[in-house]
Amino acid sequence: MSLLNKHFWSSGEPFIWLTGGALTLSLILVGGLVALIVGNGLGLFWPRDVLRVRLADGAVMTGQVVEREAIPGQAGQYRIKLKVANRDLYGADFQWVDEVRIVKREYPSDVAVIERTEWGLLIGTIKEVRDAGNVVASGGSSSWAVIRARRPEAESVRREIQGIERHDIGAINYEQERIRLAFRRLELKGVTGGPEIEALRAQLAPLQERYKAQTDRLALLRNGQTLSVVVEADGGKTKDLPLAQVIDVRFPNAMSVLAKSAAYAARVWDFVSEDPREANTEGGVFPAIFGTVMMVVIMSVIVTPLGVLAAFYLREYAKQGPFVSAVRIAVNNLAGVPSIVFGVFGVGFFIYFVGGSIDRLFFAEALPTPTYGTGGILWASLTLALLTVPVVIVATEEGLAAIPRGMREASLALSATKLETTLRVVLPAVMPSILTGLILAMARAAGEVAPLMITGVVKLAPSLPVDGAWPYLHLERKFMHLGFHIYDVGFQSPNVDAARPMVFATTLLLLLIVVLLNLFAISMRNRLRRKYALAAV
Amino acid sequence: MTGTVEVRRALKEAAAIGPIMETPMVEIEHLSLWYGEKLALKDVGMLVPKHRVTAYIGPSGCGKSTLLRCLNRMNDLVDGVRIAGSIRIGGTDIYDASLDVTELRKRVGMVFQKSNPFPKSIFENVAYGPRILGAPSRSDLEAIVERSLRAAALWDEVHDRLQESALGLSGGQQQRLCIARAIAVEPEVLLMDEPCSALDPIATARIEELMLDLKNSYTIVIVTHNMQQAARVSDYTGFMLLGELVEFGVTRQLFTNPREERTEDYITGRFG
Repeated sequence: MSLLNKHFWSSGEPFIWLTGGALTLSLILVGGLVALIVGNGLGLFWPRDVLRVRLADGAVMTGQVVEREAIPGQAGQYRIKLKVANRDLYGADFQWVDEVRIVKREYPSDVAVIERTEWGLLIGTIKEVRDAGNVVASGGSSSWAVIRARRPEAESVRREIQGIERHDIGAINYEQERIRLAFRRLELKGVTGGPEIEALRAQLAPLQERYKAQTDRLALLRNGQTLSVVVEADGGKTKDLPLAQVIDVRFPNAMSVLAKSAAYAARVWDFVSEDPREANTEGGVFPAIFGTVMMVVIMSVIVTPLGVLAAFYLREYAKQGPFVSAVRIAVNNLAGVPSIVFGVFGVGFFIYFVGGSIDRLFFAEALPTPTYGTGGILWASLTLALLTVPVVIVATEEGLAAIPRGMREASLALSATKLETTLRVVLPAVMPSILTGLILAMARAAGEVAPLMITGVVKLAPSLPVDGAWPYLHLERKFMHLGFHIYDVGFQSPNVDAARPMVFATTLLLLLIVVLLNLFAISMRNRLRRKYALAAV
Repeated sequence: MTGTVEVRRALKEAAAIGPIMETPMVEIEHLSLWYGEKLALKDVGMLVPKHRVTAYIGPSGCGKSTLLRCLNRMNDLVDGVRIAGSIRIGGTDIYDASLDVTELRKRVGMVFQKSNPFPKSIFENVAYGPRILGAPSRSDLEAIVERSLRAAALWDEVHDRLQESALGLSGGQQQRLCIARAIAVEPEVLLMDEPCSALDPIATARIEELMLDLKNSYTIVIVTHNMQQAARVSDYTGFMLLGELVEFGVTRQLFTNPREERTEDYITGRFG
């Protein structure tokens, strides 16, 4: 028996089970996490059916079922959580209902779920449509017909207003600021009169006229919007909602699966292409996607040459010895420094010192308002580049170490200099390793939040770092970031419960972007590997 | 057996035995080399005749590869190397301070023990040297590549797949590609550091045939473990032991009638 036992242990069988078990556990954990994010994130966009319950005391509640749980302390009893929405009418988005109190459940097909520009969803029955207070249609179906006919127009007006506010007036403000700074620049030079000042004054007048024209246009558009929808919610409460505020109207209970799928796709598209609304808890996340990708790209452009050159010096030129070993250990340890420390360094060095100096030298007219002396996408990218440079150095160095000595000697023996050998033989061969380093760096940078919070990320950026105003690329601008968006929506928003699905959707999106960036880099690396495959040389 | 005088005498003797007069291509005098504190070559002196195959034989670690790598100054790459004595190739002192090492390596090509083609196409491998030396036109390059591959007896096997990766070739083909790459810059001397040690007998035979062809245009110095190979391909052989050149002479004479007892012991397999 003991002999058998001994054989059992020495055969290594238990160890195989142990290793397999460890792998399985890891996979289950990761798989569960991804499944949770995917399930919750994708669920946000599905138009759920609306349940109307009648309670024992005669009260009626209408809403979407969010979850169902056992009531603590009461065995066999369940309660459901209804998203009743209509925050402006009831004050709360959610209601708990004990199932024992429910006497009747129904899914009425005339319940509308209305997405609007403020106060979250509106759930109720459409009663009538009014034009400047006068009823033009009453009853569900005729009102709906009017709404359907007039919505596209209202939508286009809404977008036009948005465009005027954001772009046309924004451009005028930008221009005005430019002129103000030009005045200030002249003032700093001691010029208070003369042709230059006159020329600037002359530019101001037409701007003011343009501004007036735009505000007039705005007023006209706004006044033209007189239609409103009257919606009746539970308890006889009604809401008179201007049609201009309506973004979408759906009747989930009357929709087929196909219609729901179409609505689902449309909402996913809105999510990735629209700006956020209502303190980021509604609408899309396009600026955050843009900011995240742009920051990662800028970081990659900075970190790759920096890390590769440093690695080349360490491996190819530096005399190997205790000092170089110490440098190598230091670089490796740098990767373990908490990211917030890099953030603090970024604030102190990049923003206050470098940015402050740039401001004093080149943007003195704007002071005390900082231009580069405050958080911005350039400083955030530089901070992250600093954070990820050890990864690139280590990966490149390992790649360099793996290149056979024979290959370098072959090149040198063909009368190539060391530089020619490095550029023509070593660099192409080490390319896959460089990309491996870049992949790791990008994955780390895209998911990093802490250092960004103090170097340039904001909850809501008024404009993207790239736009139509010269010089098109505005590296000093603050930006939005998906990682910070998750934190902001999930923990800093006024209505955390309502925003929770948004958190999952944003997380899913961030994961997706990281995966896409990685896949791109990996496919590039594989192509290079095929091209410069190192055989057993 | 150290100074040039002795070597010249040996060559004269050799010429007396053989049918021809030789012109020296490489002249080595009183060459000593240290790796740090360790003496690796001890006062070596010899001549390498032009357009002949000269072989170095000897047990592992005897310094034959080190001697070979002195001829194109590949030892410069090793930290802590110190050299005394002189080497002249075609009359130029190659350790002269004013000498451009890349210029020397243009004149002295090298083929390594392990085939080491670049991870590039076959064409680019052969074109690498000419490209480094300048940028010849595409048609010139094509001519050079074809000529070199033909000289290396590889053209017929690869002419229809020049753009494919060199790493797809067999071991013997790769080594011949390395030879083609080395002769593409038309060196005067071709150094071969155990070029067949990783090859099978058939591939080895092809490379040996190739060496016999190439010696009409190039001066070849080969280091080999394989005494039969030295006997087959070389005109002159030097036997090295513990950093010393023990004996140098016409191959047939060295193998059949060695002057030194240590040489005889080695070639008869009594040690080494």
